[in-house]
Parts: sequence; structure tokens; C-alpha cells
Amino acid sequence: MEKLILRRVDRNNEEMILNFGPQHPSTHGVINFIVETDGEVLRRAVPDVGYLHRSIEKIGEGTGYHGFMPFTDRIDYVAAMFPNEGYATAVERLCKIEVPRRAQYLRAISCELARIASHLISVGTMAMDIGAFTPMLHGVRERETINDLIEALCGARLTYNYHRIGGVAYDLPEGWKEKTLAFLDHFDKFLVEFDRLLSFNEIYIRRLANVAVIPAKDAIDFGLVGPNLRGSGVDWDVRRDLPYGAYPDFEFEVPVGRGFRGTSGDCYDRYYCRVLEMGQSSRIVRQALLQLPEGDIMAPKVARNLKPEAGEALSRVESARGEMAFYVVSDGTNKAYRVRARTGSFTAMGIIEQASQGLMIADLVALIASLDVVAPEIDR
Amino acid sequence: MPRTPKLPKLSPRAVVLVTLAVGLGLPAVLFAAVLVLSPVTKPLMVDWFVQSVLGHDPAAWPYTSLVYGVSVGVLAFVLINFGAIISGMTVWWEMRVSSRMQSRVGYNRAGAGGFFQWVADAVKLLFKEDLIPTEADQVLFRAAPYFVMTGFALTFVALPFGESLIAADLNVGIFYLTAVTALVVVGILLAGWSSNSKWALFGGMRSAAQVVSYEIPAGLAVMVPVLMAGTLSMQGIVRAQGAWPWEWTVFTNPAAAVAFVIFFIAQLAEGNRTPFDLPEAESELVAGYLSEYSGFRFALYFLVEFGNLWVMAAVATTLFLGGWQIPWVGPEVFEAAKGAGPVPALPWWGLQLLSMAVMAAKTILVLNVIVWVRWTLPRIRIDQMMNLCWKYLVPWAFVTFVFTLLWQIAVARLPELKTVTGVVLTVAFLATLAVFLRQVRANLTAVGDRVDLTNW
Repeated sequence: MEKLILRRVDRNNEEMILNFGPQHPSTHGVINFIVETDGEVLRRAVPDVGYLHRSIEKIGEGTGYHGFMPFTDRIDYVAAMFPNEGYATAVERLCKIEVPRRAQYLRAISCELARIASHLISVGTMAMDIGAFTPMLHGVRERETINDLIEALCGARLTYNYHRIGGVAYDLPEGWKEKTLAFLDHFDKFLVEFDRLLSFNEIYIRRLANVAVIPAKDAIDFGLVGPNLRGSGVDWDVRRDLPYGAYPDFEFEVPVGRGFRGTSGDCYDRYYCRVLEMGQSSRIVRQALLQLPEGDIMAPKVARNLKPEAGEALSRVESARGEMAFYVVSDGTNKAYRVRARTGSFTAMGIIEQASQGLMIADLVALIASLDVVAPEIDR
Repeated sequence: MPRTPKLPKLSPRAVVLVTLAVGLGLPAVLFAAVLVLSPVTKPLMVDWFVQSVLGHDPAAWPYTSLVYGVSVGVLAFVLINFGAIISGMTVWWEMRVSSRMQSRVGYNRAGAGGFFQWVADAVKLLFKEDLIPTEADQVLFRAAPYFVMTGFALTFVALPFGESLIAADLNVGIFYLTAVTALVVVGILLAGWSSNSKWALFGGMRSAAQVVSYEIPAGLAVMVPVLMAGTLSMQGIVRAQGAWPWEWTVFTNPAAAVAFVIFFIAQLAEGNRTPFDLPEAESELVAGYLSEYSGFRFALYFLVEFGNLWVMAAVATTLFLGGWQIPWVGPEVFEAAKGAGPVPALPWWGLQLLSMAVMAAKTILVLNVIVWVRWTLPRIRIDQMMNLCWKYLVPWAFVTFVFTLLWQIAVARLPELKTVTGVVLTVAFLATLAVFLRQVRANLTAVGDRVDLTNW
């Protein structure tokens, strides 16, 4: 980036350097893009991350194993269930704790609801970045119901802190199952309406189709994950390919971008993969609620002061923003030696410089929105 | 679980009454002032007033021109206020409509239904610090809003409100309107350039490209009603149409229907409305050319933006939708109702009021379509915007223009053609509307919703 700025010194050309952020309406948080433009056309956009670094990984070395759980919420506060689950799974593998079946189901239910909530924000803000304000608020309306459901489940609406090492914190409240099923019935219809309002809108399709195409090879090379990777046509989903928790019990499809309206790997594919995924998540929640086994929600005898044997463990979960990996190293004390979180948004930032070349400013907005980056998840 | 949202507390009866009084009274006063003042400020009436009330010979009395100037000044004051207040009310209406579309509560604090929010906003903006960036071009930065405001205020000179209700029925009316609205883009370009901000510059450049491009299809589309009426005068164009839909320009000529669509799109683009709000695209350019503005100057831009909705809708109504024409009331009825005296008789005023009501109703209908489009569609990209203009609208506008030339010859030979086309196109339009409404209902019921207009 310094190079980019220094390159400009003593050069009298037509290009203009523009600071796209950190306070810009469509950077989805505090991110800066240093944009080199020639009029409306971009030469390149270089992401400048680090504005939201809170040393969460370092905090993980200072707190006990249980105590780090609320901090994981802050890694990705739009879908806080996934860091919860990822960290819990990693520590469980480290301590060889067997999670009860019911707890695994509850994890799947809460995670899939969180995925829907996160995708609603994602597609909604994407619509807003493209200029349509109404779909965003329709999405937020549905998310509000999910927030209410999750609030009834764990008492929090944003930073859930619901999962525990060895299970989950609370069992389902009374009547929750029926309310959730009723919501899902409504939600499936809502998706149809949403498609009609936004996804099949001609202007919207023209703004996104064939824009910022990321070929499958580049997507793999840059380490894209989740809907961004699947949007490029790579069929990879941790839930199906490296099953964890209760996922082997459910039937669901993994939507893969195949050029729904243009080229495979364009902004529209990434967008539409998310819309389809919401439908699949709703399917998983429904199955999980109907097959929910009875039993404990916490593994027995999880020590208050957890001291795993020296060793290391890796967990991979499919977060709303793609594969999220937690790597926990123990040195035998009651505090982790190292906690590392690998998040999808950070790698997604990497491809922006390459994918943005030759786009227009409005396309850069679409590209950022279609990658669904969440600023705190980039920096942690 | 779907929580039942707490409904806003119902406003006390006194607040409702005050709101109703202002909400209905303010436009009523403005419309009444336009109704009375626009026929009264004509030279004939002023002369009569000087002669019979003041008792001077208007030709010899040195102050006749002063009286005339004062009366025109009062009319101008009323019209500018009309623009400003209608603009504010449009903001309120748009916010209420949008909140209904987006499942929000919307304005509900100041006054019943939040009606006084626009007053509150205006007052707030007046009291805000008028920031001018040090690096900005001081003179141009200060001057830019006035260009915009002037371009907006001048349109009211030739905007018809009713049969005789027009400040000045210029014989080049529509040409004049096209010319003065171009002043707005000068102001926007100045704002973008003088702010010395890259975002503002982008906004200004986009606006210049957009408005200048879309002037061409708009101008060509305007030529269609002009050709059909044989005059550039706004009142002349309205008089060439009839009161019933099958007598409107838009339905009496297939090319005019196309021209109406082109004109409507071009007007949206010139008014910077979604899907053409690129100059101030908040998700791309922060606020576009408005980025550095605050306080009163900002308020002026907003006033113009929303006031232009009325102008846009009124011009479209005048050119294509029959203007103020009242069914069963031809020019001879107006003439008969006028009476013999210099001051028209009461029935004439009633007819004027009626024509004004017709015009306002049509304008508000078109305005609603503009509002509805804004909250439904995404924004298009700048290259698509240019493509749409130069590759589709301009050629099609030319086609409608040439077609209308031939059409006028055909109609001159065969006058029934006009009526037949009018009826056919009206029926076709109504059928399309019916299909559309049915589809809307089907869509609503498909998601388990129902048509419900009560929950405001």
C-alpha cells in the first residue's frame, strides 16, 4: 500500500487516489480501501485492514478455557454462534469430551438460525449497496424474529454466548419448538417473496451478473471459503464433507454457483448461493427440531478449571462466512498456550485487489458486499 | 416468536386536530392563493382594478406598473412557498409510504402521523452551522445552491394549475421549462466542483453526464405532444387534449404512449430519483455532490429535490395526461360561466377550482408512482445509465417523433383514427392494470399475506 502511494509521487497522471473508507457507508464496518481510479473505472482497490483489531486471540491465552467463550462472540458479531461452536469443538477435541446428542442438535439449530440471520443481513446490505433500500428492511424484519427466538433461547440477541465446552448453556424454553416451526413456515414464503422483490429484478441482475468474476482456481488459491467459494463453483461445505456435530443426521443440499444469471463466480452467484443457503438452513432447523432427541445438554463432569493435557486440536466449522477453523494449543496449564481463529472474511479481503481491477466504483461496492466481509471478523 | 410490536401511542385529539388543520389548511390556503392570484395578476384585471377601485386612468397613472409589479410579486411569493411547502409535505408522504412498504413505523413523533417532521427538519437545518470547507472555492460553494433553487422556482412560472390558473402562459412554455430546469444541473456541477472533495466531484460529474444526456430523450419525447397540439404553450397543449382518458395525448397516439414512458424515465433521471440516483448514491459516493454541504444550503438542495417531484409530475400530467381538463366541461362552458363583467362570475371560479382539483389529483397520482418506484428498484450503474439513454431512449424517442409526424398526417386525413386509437389504448391500459393488480393480489396471498390498507 505504501508502494501504491509512493508510486504516485512525482507522477503526473490522470489517476486519482481515493480513500474508500474507513467511514464509508458500504464498507460494512471499519475497513479502508485505497482506491486508484481513472474517473469511474478502478485501476485497483487495495484493502487496508486492522482498524478493528482487538487482540482476541491473545486474550484467549490469558483467560481460562471457559472464560474465552464470550470473547469468541466478538469475533463475528453478526453470526456469533459459529465462533462459539468452533471454539467449543476445538477445546472438546483437546479434552476429548463427548458432547451429548441433544446438545449437538441444539448447536445445529442455533447455528442454522444464526446462519439465516447472518445471510439476511448479508443479502439485505447487498441490496442496499446496490441501491434498493426496501429488501434490507424486509430482511431485518425477519432477522428480528430470529433474534427474538434466540433471545428466548439464550438471553442475548447479538453476542449469544450460548455454546459451552461440552454442550450448550440452556435447553429449549417451553413452546419454543412450535414458535420456531411457525416462523420457518413463514420464512420459506418470505424467501419466495424476497426473490420476487430483489433476486429476479432485472436491474439487480444486470448490476451483479458477470461482475467481478472469481474463477474457481483463484477462489481456491486465495483461500476463499463458504458461499464465496461455492459461488465460484467449488462444491465444498464442511457440514457435508467433514461432518461434525449433528450434521450427518440431516438431509440438505449445498447450493453451488453455476452461473445462475451470468458467469459462474460472479457477484450474482455469490449472492444467490446465500439466498439458497437460507432455504437449506431452514430445512435443517426443521429436521433438527422434529428429530430432536431427549437427553442431557451438557457433557457430564466438565471441570470448572479445565486443564487439558499438552497437545493441540483443530476444529473446522462451516460459519455463515465460510469455513471457520479454531486451533487451540495447550501446554497442560489451565490457560491455552495459543488460540488461533481462521476466518473467512480475512481471506476474502485478499482477493479484492485482484478482482477489483478494471471494475467501476459501483462494482467495487457490489464486490465487497458479495464477499460478505464483516469487519471484526477480518481483524479479530 | 413474532412479538406483537407496541403500537405508537395514539395522538391526543388536540394534536390530531392541529395536524389536520395545518395538513389540510396549508395546502388549501396555497391552492386558494394560486386560484385567486393567478387570474387576478393579469394586466387586464390590474387595469380594471386601477380604473374602478383606485379611480385612475391605468394608461396615464404613473403607478400602474407598480401595482402590477406588486401583484406579480405576491403571486411569485405564493408560488415559491407552494413549491417549498409541497416539497416538505412530499417528504412526509414519501417517508410514510416507504415505511409502510418496509414494515416500519416511520414518522410518528411530531404531530399526528409525524406530519410536522418536515417542519422540524427544516428548522433543524436552518439552525445548523453552515460549514464551508477551508479548501473549497468559497464563492462557488456559496453560490451553487442558489442556481439549484432558481432553476426550481422558475419552473412555477409556466406550470399550469387550472384552466386560467397559470402565472404566465408563455407561448414557448414547455421550451422555457426545459431551459430553466437545466439550471439545476449547473448548481449541482458547481457544488461538486467547488467542494474540493473527491466524492463531491464524482457526484457532480455523474450528475452532469446524466442530466445532460437525459435532456435529449426528454426533449424529443416532449416534441410528441407538442407536434400533436401544434403549440409549445402549456395551456395550448392541455387544450388540445380532452378530459377523458381516450382523449389524452398518451392514448391517442401509439407513439405518444412510448414517448410518455421515455419522458417519465428521463424525468426520473433528471430529478436524480432512484433508479437514477447515481449523483448522490449514498452507498457509493457517500452523499455525492452534497457531501460537504450542511445547514441551510443542504436544506435548499433537499427542498429542490423533493419539490421537483411535483414539477415532474405536473409536467407529465400536462403534456400527456390531459392536464386540468374536466369531463363535460369544454372551453365554451368556461366562457359562458365567466359572465360579462371584468371580474368573472362565481360559477367560473367554481370551475377553476374544479380544474385545479383535477390537475392536482392527477399530479399526486403520478407523484405516487415516482415514490413507489423509488422504494422498489435498485440503482443502475453509470455505464448502464448511459447505455439506456443513448442506445435505447434516444433512438426510440426519434422513432416516436418521426412516427408522430406521419401520424398527424394520417389523423388529418382520417379523424376517426384518433378516437379509435384512444379507445383501444385506454382499454389495453386498463386491462394491463387489471392484470397487474391481480398479480399483486396473487403474490400477496401466495406468501400468506392479505391486502390490508388499514395499518397506517
